[in-house]
Amino acid sequence: MSELSTAVEMAAAVRSREVSARELVDRSLDAIEARDGEIHAFNLVTADAARAAADAVDAKVAAGEDPGPLAGVPIALKDNLCTRGVPTTCSSRILEDWHPPYDATVVAALSGAGAVSVGKTNLDEFAMGSSTENSAFGPTRNPRDPARVPGGSSGGSAAAVAAGYVPLSLGSDTGGSIRQPAALCGVVGVKPTYGLVSRYGLVAFASSLDQIGPFASTVADAALMLEVIAGHDPLDSTSIPEQVPDISAHLGDGVAGLRVGLVRELLGEGIADDVRRRVEQAAEALAAAGAKVDEASVPAAAYGLDAYYLIAPAEASSNLARYDAVRFGLRVDAPTTPEMYDVTRTAGFGDEVKRRIMLGTYALSAGYYDAYYGTAQKVRTLIRRDFDRAYDGFDLLLSPTSPTTAFAFGDKTDDPLTMYLNDVCTIPTNLAGDAAMSVPYGTGDDGLPVGVQVLAPALGEVTMFRAAAVLEASAPTEGTER
Amino acid sequence: MPDPHRITRDDVAHVARLARLSLTDEELDRFTGQLAHILDHATGLAALDLGAVEPTTHPYPLSNVLRDDVVGSTLDRDEVLGQAPAAQDGMFRVPPVLGEAP
Repeated sequence: MSELSTAVEMAAAVRSREVSARELVDRSLDAIEARDGEIHAFNLVTADAARAAADAVDAKVAAGEDPGPLAGVPIALKDNLCTRGVPTTCSSRILEDWHPPYDATVVAALSGAGAVSVGKTNLDEFAMGSSTENSAFGPTRNPRDPARVPGGSSGGSAAAVAAGYVPLSLGSDTGGSIRQPAALCGVVGVKPTYGLVSRYGLVAFASSLDQIGPFASTVADAALMLEVIAGHDPLDSTSIPEQVPDISAHLGDGVAGLRVGLVRELLGEGIADDVRRRVEQAAEALAAAGAKVDEASVPAAAYGLDAYYLIAPAEASSNLARYDAVRFGLRVDAPTTPEMYDVTRTAGFGDEVKRRIMLGTYALSAGYYDAYYGTAQKVRTLIRRDFDRAYDGFDLLLSPTSPTTAFAFGDKTDDPLTMYLNDVCTIPTNLAGDAAMSVPYGTGDDGLPVGVQVLAPALGEVTMFRAAAVLEASAPTEGTER
Repeated sequence: MPDPHRITRDDVAHVARLARLSLTDEELDRFTGQLAHILDHATGLAALDLGAVEPTTHPYPLSNVLRDDVVGSTLDRDEVLGQAPAAQDGMFRVPPVLGEAP
């Protein structure tokens, strides 16, 4: 059993009865027990429920029933995904004791596919942040170097895979919250096309940007999980009706003849030299595998950060108005309902959430709407157009995922804008609604993982994963080229 | 972008009130500086010619999405009310809305 490390291997072994789902979940729980006191990837470990779910998978196998494509595979869920009867906190005091009355569609899909959730992972409060330092329950540490942040906001889910607790986890990505922590922790992270995966049961941050996606230690595992969670859902009105792409079947197709563009605007100022070198190496590897690599330009991408930090807070200020102490979540008692709103929200939200709510409220307020929110929405159109133009000439684009490798705790907490600049390479994809993923590609000068971002047009997942598989196979062996 | 004036402490106090947040004096000072810094960065957008550009509200063009008018399952009322801070007679219970005795 010790050789089982990927989800593909685990599910096959459970189906062929080489190993039981119960053994796999026990091994996962042991690994968490041994190290998560230090790493703090999890807000909550649901050991009893996990063992019961594993036993149910084993019973299916024993009865000769199909246990599903993820049979017995231990997984972790970002703690902003609703789990019926199981606390879903968003790492916020305001939802600390909330037990959702329903499962997110992705949670039900994974459970139906035989996956076994072992718990809920830490995040920046309401997914607002790039380091997990904004969690109300304390930060997650990077398993590759516990003195560094794991990235964020899905830092717990990235760390859970990087620490080897689980082969797969789910995160959510509004401006890079899957891809950036994947890069910093040295795992694969995928932001699917907007609408490919149902958002029903994902606690909303910025609804026109949010998308759920997988973390995995291999490209094939990420493909397998994405195929399980993708698909139309009548419970999400932004869910697209297209068929789920068959990604796994094409993983080995290679990149011969594909046109790949290095995004000029995302390789310049602000990108660390060691990260840029790895991206250039990745481009060379794709060229060596037969891709036609050239420089691409997405001029408006340079304005993505500014547009995002008006649009996302605007949507957040509206979405987070629902935390009113009336129907669920924290209530701080007060003599009147309006006072109750004030004291509850003031006590329940952390600083970054308050900052974004106020920024968004301001951007939407009378007199400033056109100047801020209206302008940002027009810039969003420019970004969409520039990507369309780039994809006329290229099948895929390539860039860094994050400007640097993992940084130290406290490095970027004094100035919010410094933290926001982490997302400069990932944000344009969310604004465009396209797909992108981060693939580990060697290490930086500090020996910490570097992620290369593969960008694809909407519903370009099959092609995107083909390139990711080539990069995975050609990735520099860590430590040899420092 | 038509040169909005720099966000002031009074502006921040105003949006905090709109957003139902109470800020201390220290927080007002700190947040005002931080929000001004973030908004200053966004003034770079003013360099773009956006006159003829339509705004994008959503990344994927979907028309109205309607479901079939059939009865389906809904959330269990007791389970939902069980998550409320206070509930009574099948309803959410709140303190007086207008500040009068109930």
